[in-house]
Amino acid sequence: MNSQSHYDAAIIGAGMSGLAAGIRLAHFGKRVCIFERHNAVGGLNGFYSLAGRKYDVGLHALTNFVKPGVKGTPLGKLLRQLRIDRDEFALSEQKQSRVAFGANGEVSLRFTNDFSVLEAEVANRFPSQIDGFRTLVGLVRTYDDLSLEAVPRSARETVREFIRDPLLEDMLFCPLMYYGSAQPGDMEFGQFVIMFKALFFEGFARPLDGVRVILRVLLEKYRQAGGERRMKCGVKKIVAKSDRVIALILDTGEEITADHVLSSIGSRETETLLKTTESEPSLVATPSETTDGRLSFVETIAILDRAPAQLGWADDTIVFFNDSLRFDYRRPAGQVDVHSGVICFPNNFDYPSGQTLPEGIFRVTCLANYAGWASLPEERYREDKAQWFAAMQESALRFLPEPSIRPLSTVTVTSDMFTPRTVAKFTGHAEGAIYGAPVKTKTGRTAYSNLYLCGTDQGFLGIVGAMLSGISMANYHILAKTV
Amino acid sequence: MTKDEVKQVVLDIIADIAPDEDLSVLKPEVRLRDQMQLDSMDFLDIVMELRKRHGIEVPEKDYPYLASLESCGDYLMPKFNALASKE
Repeated sequence: MNSQSHYDAAIIGAGMSGLAAGIRLAHFGKRVCIFERHNAVGGLNGFYSLAGRKYDVGLHALTNFVKPGVKGTPLGKLLRQLRIDRDEFALSEQKQSRVAFGANGEVSLRFTNDFSVLEAEVANRFPSQIDGFRTLVGLVRTYDDLSLEAVPRSARETVREFIRDPLLEDMLFCPLMYYGSAQPGDMEFGQFVIMFKALFFEGFARPLDGVRVILRVLLEKYRQAGGERRMKCGVKKIVAKSDRVIALILDTGEEITADHVLSSIGSRETETLLKTTESEPSLVATPSETTDGRLSFVETIAILDRAPAQLGWADDTIVFFNDSLRFDYRRPAGQVDVHSGVICFPNNFDYPSGQTLPEGIFRVTCLANYAGWASLPEERYREDKAQWFAAMQESALRFLPEPSIRPLSTVTVTSDMFTPRTVAKFTGHAEGAIYGAPVKTKTGRTAYSNLYLCGTDQGFLGIVGAMLSGISMANYHILAKTV
Repeated sequence: MTKDEVKQVVLDIIADIAPDEDLSVLKPEVRLRDQMQLDSMDFLDIVMELRKRHGIEVPEKDYPYLASLESCGDYLMPKFNALASKE
């Protein structure tokens, strides 16, 4: 029943962080409503169907996978906090990932959900670095990455104290940046630790049916807890007086009031809702952004008429590729940078016996520049997408075994592709930046005492990160205060 | 309520909050955090579930009294009995 106009808490955005926050608040008896502009949930990690096929928006894999019984990790934490049984997520583990550098991927490091594989690879390919690597690993294990007030330090500088080979350094940073970082070139060491654990100590997994499995679990939990949700119902404006938010104006013009407002749409995007005139200065207490612009991506999805394994691609789940020995993670000057990227075969997870995806899927993701796509006329946009689709696949193929059938088009049934413009259009995130603002608001605080941020711009990235962000911010700012 | 009944209430809450923990081997006098993976988020949940299910309020300054099952029993029993006597 959507008959209320006052809530204990209003949540803007029905993505992973908004839904998780909603579950926490509803479970403890708060009257909460989630407002979502789109007709679908999931935000940056949504799903859609096209011509009878199911697609995932952001998900290659969930990071932070641990086996049952492993305690004290982010996945376990969020399952507890949301009162979800891990079986509900139906996660299947990756087979193997690879970091492949060089004009033809000649230098390669494999890793799996068993950390000892990566360690052995490093020992084998970089024997002079293995001691430094182990010391770095020791530091990562003991570092307190959860502190919200930690003094920032450069990950590159810190890692260089232990790893003296720039090639190994870049090969380690590459997956952590793609999975992901909102900052070009470097990252904060605390963030490096979080990502290192998420990808290397823990690992990758995916439900057979993709991200919709996770979203359905969240939606059901939220509904059972008594949470309300209004879809196709965005927030047009946040009305503030002095240091408090006093109302939300919906796209429909309806006015909503709430004691607390939790916004998952991004810091700059939230700020836009607060502005009363174009010329108002920044009202949200976030650090100013650099003029570098944001990191965004293009992704190609090829649907194949057979499993990748039948083309000779049985082993790799995910490949992080870079065609030189130095890795540069930044927004390209042109539309797309095909020098590096991520290949994903969603088929290549250890799904339960007898369960496979109905078709083969081959995904390639590369760094992109929003400005290169944003204002193109429709026909030019389509042409450019087609051109880059081919270029991205061609670049990626250098890092895979030669497929048993070429050209790939003969086994390609259909394809889809999204650009930064697609992401911006469907999620409202500025410049289609899937990892959000380069500087995060770790505490989630804004200039308003009852308005908080969660999600990508609070700083926990990825699916698990986003859920933990919603949980943490709901706990910290709303639940703990009322205890 | 007896102290044992109060301790069972706490155990029931912990069972819902941390279903992956083996509660059968818990020692009542030992700190809960020393026997299980329980962090501050979990303790916040214990406090909030006490309020949600039983109407018991635990102010933040009293959180240390929830350190072990035994101390939970000692601290919460008068609160439960105060509530019961109001009915």
